[in-house]
Amino acid sequence: MIQVGLNHFLVVSTALFALGILGIVTRKNAVMVLMGIELILNSANINFIAFAKFGNFGFQGQAMALFVIILAAAEAAIALAIVLNIYKTFSTVNVDEIDTLKD
Amino acid sequence: MTEPMMINLALAILFLPLLGFLVTLLFGKRIKSIYTFEIAIIILAFVGAVVLLFTKLSYYQNTDIVSQVSWINLGNVPLLGNTTIDIGILIDNISVLMIFVVTLISMLVHIFSIVYMEGDRLYNRYFAYLGIFTFSMTGIVFTHNMLMMYIFWELVGLSSYLLIGFWYEKKSASDAGKKAFIVNRVGDLGMLSGILLLYTTYHTFTFSQIFSQIAAGHFPLNSEFWLTVTGILLFCGAIGKSAQFPLHVWLPDAMEGPTPVSALIHAATMVAAGVYLVVRIFPLLTSGALMFIAVIGMLSAFIPATIALTQNDIKKVLAYSTISQLGYMVMGLGVGAYKFAFFHLITHAFFKALLFLGSGSVIHAMHHEQDITKMGGLRKKMPITYATFLIASLAISGIPLTSGFLSKDGILQGSFAFGSLTGYWIFAFVGFLVAMMTAFYMFRLLILTFHGEPRDHHKYEHAHESPFTMAMPLAVLAVLSIFIWYTPNPFNPEQGAILSNWIKTPQLVTPQDSRFNFMKSELPANVAVQQVTQNSEVMYSESYTQALEGAHIPSLLLSLTLAGLGILIAFSFYQWKKVDVDKLADSIKPLYKLSYNKWYFDEIYGAVFVGGTLLLSRALAWFDQYIVDGIVNGAATVTRAVSRFSGKFDNVVVDGMVNGTAYVSGFIGLIFRRFQTGKVQTYIVLVVFSLVILLFIFK
Repeated sequence: MIQVGLNHFLVVSTALFALGILGIVTRKNAVMVLMGIELILNSANINFIAFAKFGNFGFQGQAMALFVIILAAAEAAIALAIVLNIYKTFSTVNVDEIDTLKD
Repeated sequence: MTEPMMINLALAILFLPLLGFLVTLLFGKRIKSIYTFEIAIIILAFVGAVVLLFTKLSYYQNTDIVSQVSWINLGNVPLLGNTTIDIGILIDNISVLMIFVVTLISMLVHIFSIVYMEGDRLYNRYFAYLGIFTFSMTGIVFTHNMLMMYIFWELVGLSSYLLIGFWYEKKSASDAGKKAFIVNRVGDLGMLSGILLLYTTYHTFTFSQIFSQIAAGHFPLNSEFWLTVTGILLFCGAIGKSAQFPLHVWLPDAMEGPTPVSALIHAATMVAAGVYLVVRIFPLLTSGALMFIAVIGMLSAFIPATIALTQNDIKKVLAYSTISQLGYMVMGLGVGAYKFAFFHLITHAFFKALLFLGSGSVIHAMHHEQDITKMGGLRKKMPITYATFLIASLAISGIPLTSGFLSKDGILQGSFAFGSLTGYWIFAFVGFLVAMMTAFYMFRLLILTFHGEPRDHHKYEHAHESPFTMAMPLAVLAVLSIFIWYTPNPFNPEQGAILSNWIKTPQLVTPQDSRFNFMKSELPANVAVQQVTQNSEVMYSESYTQALEGAHIPSLLLSLTLAGLGILIAFSFYQWKKVDVDKLADSIKPLYKLSYNKWYFDEIYGAVFVGGTLLLSRALAWFDQYIVDGIVNGAATVTRAVSRFSGKFDNVVVDGMVNGTAYVSGFIGLIFRRFQTGKVQTYIVLVVFSLVILLFIFK
């Protein structure tokens, strides 16, 4: 039986982070990009909790993870509001077409 | 009359004509009869001159009255030392005699002009010019220094220019005015150099101070040679003003002016100024300078006399006779016959003014016809003019009982004595020759004008005797051409007061060894200087007095014979027609042409001086066009080449650098703009990518 150690957690979190990045970079829909961001946040949470369990930090890791979850919720609300506004302005949520930042 | 009163009177005589000039000029346009003011002024000046003459000669005969003020005080000038310039007036016998002549003739000319100039467009201005002419001449006569002499000298030049060119609408008249002015400048240059030479040596312009310093053995540049040079330079002014050879060419052209002006110029004002200058500077003339003056005077007496023989213009004949007579005076001064030369200046002034006014009367009567070949027979129509003209002709020819005989014979006597003392007989020889020619051409003129049958009947019919204001001046001058005013003995002028008491040969101040032998003083030098101040008569030496006395009878007989011969020839040629004149002229054609064409002086001067100037200016124009312009154009070409190179450099190198910078920046921009997509995802990829790189670098 393989003992689940820190490395396993880190691999999962890394994979999740990579998936998140991939989602942000490749997805065209702004909502999917937001979901990628959520994935990254959660990979960070996994890291916090893993280091909290295997490190000697007490409950600080868990506490930080709770903060991140709250922050993620707030972020999601704001980000969705932004997306709505983008949709109102550009009539699309396709991030490839929104390149007025270039000008 | 006290001396200050006489000074004031002299100043009044000097400035009255100036006042007349200013008033007449300023109000000439508005007040038509303002010329009467000018005439009144000149009569006043004449009365003043008469009073001055009699006072001076009766009460102050041996005293010179001088009044001077310091005009400019420059203090201590470097190189010159203490510099003050004095101006002042000198009243001596010579100046009062001269001022009498000047104002008298000027007055008569004024009166004569009233009718002669009637209807002229610039009538009043004409009288104004006469006024300033008189003023200038008066200044020359009264001055006691060289500077004032020069100032008034130039004023005379100016007024002669104004009057000769008075009818300036006529090109020949305005040209004549310019010619007179410019030719005079040539002589004035020499005179000015002489004055400056005197001033740098003596630091004073005053005659008496200059003379006393020379007598004390102080010479320009410390050499007697330069004293001679100074004398000759000063005389150059007289060559110009008195129309002496070789600057005599302006005078015949000056006949373009109104005829009364000719009378004024030729008798009293302008040409007399030159002789007067020589009279004033006489004491400082060395034997070399005197010789130069005598030679110039001789040539000026001879050449114009030969020209006058063949001229047909009544005024031209008189013009050349004026030069010839002035030549006599200058020659007389040159041979040391000072008294006679000055005496001739006075007598000549009267009869030459008479001749000119007479010719003016004729010209007026003949409606401005001046050619004597078209006149003739005027004797019956114009008896007064004829009678006065005859007297003047006799006077100028040197016939006894006239004034001209006295003075001319004196000069011939002086040159005769000079010949016997020094061996230079040429002056006496030419003098007598000219005396004969003078008699001939004057009587030729008289006969052709007044005798015989009228040749132009139309003009003759209209001829008439001149009115009173023209005849009166003629009569006055004719009376003054009689001997009685000058001497009781018509054959010996020295018995009259004018030569025995009034005009006195001044004591020379030149060093003994630069005088002619006969001029050497037999008194010690310091005594001689004393005598200058006492103004007593000084003859040169015993031998001169004897020679002069010895020359009296032979020169008198010779001049009478020759003058008589001249008149006889004139009568036989033109009155009795014994000889065919045209045939005679043909037989000596070259000589006749030489005389008729005035010795080609105008042509020669035209070719040499005018042509030379033109040639020089053409050469300079060539130099300007090819050399100077070449340098300028060359400079321009070089500048253009440099600027073209500099332009290339600017275009290629500087612009290349600037453009290169821009190009490089553009190129870099072209690369980097690819990153600036505006898409958030691209940025994120870049951020992550760079993060990964950073991680690898700082792991």
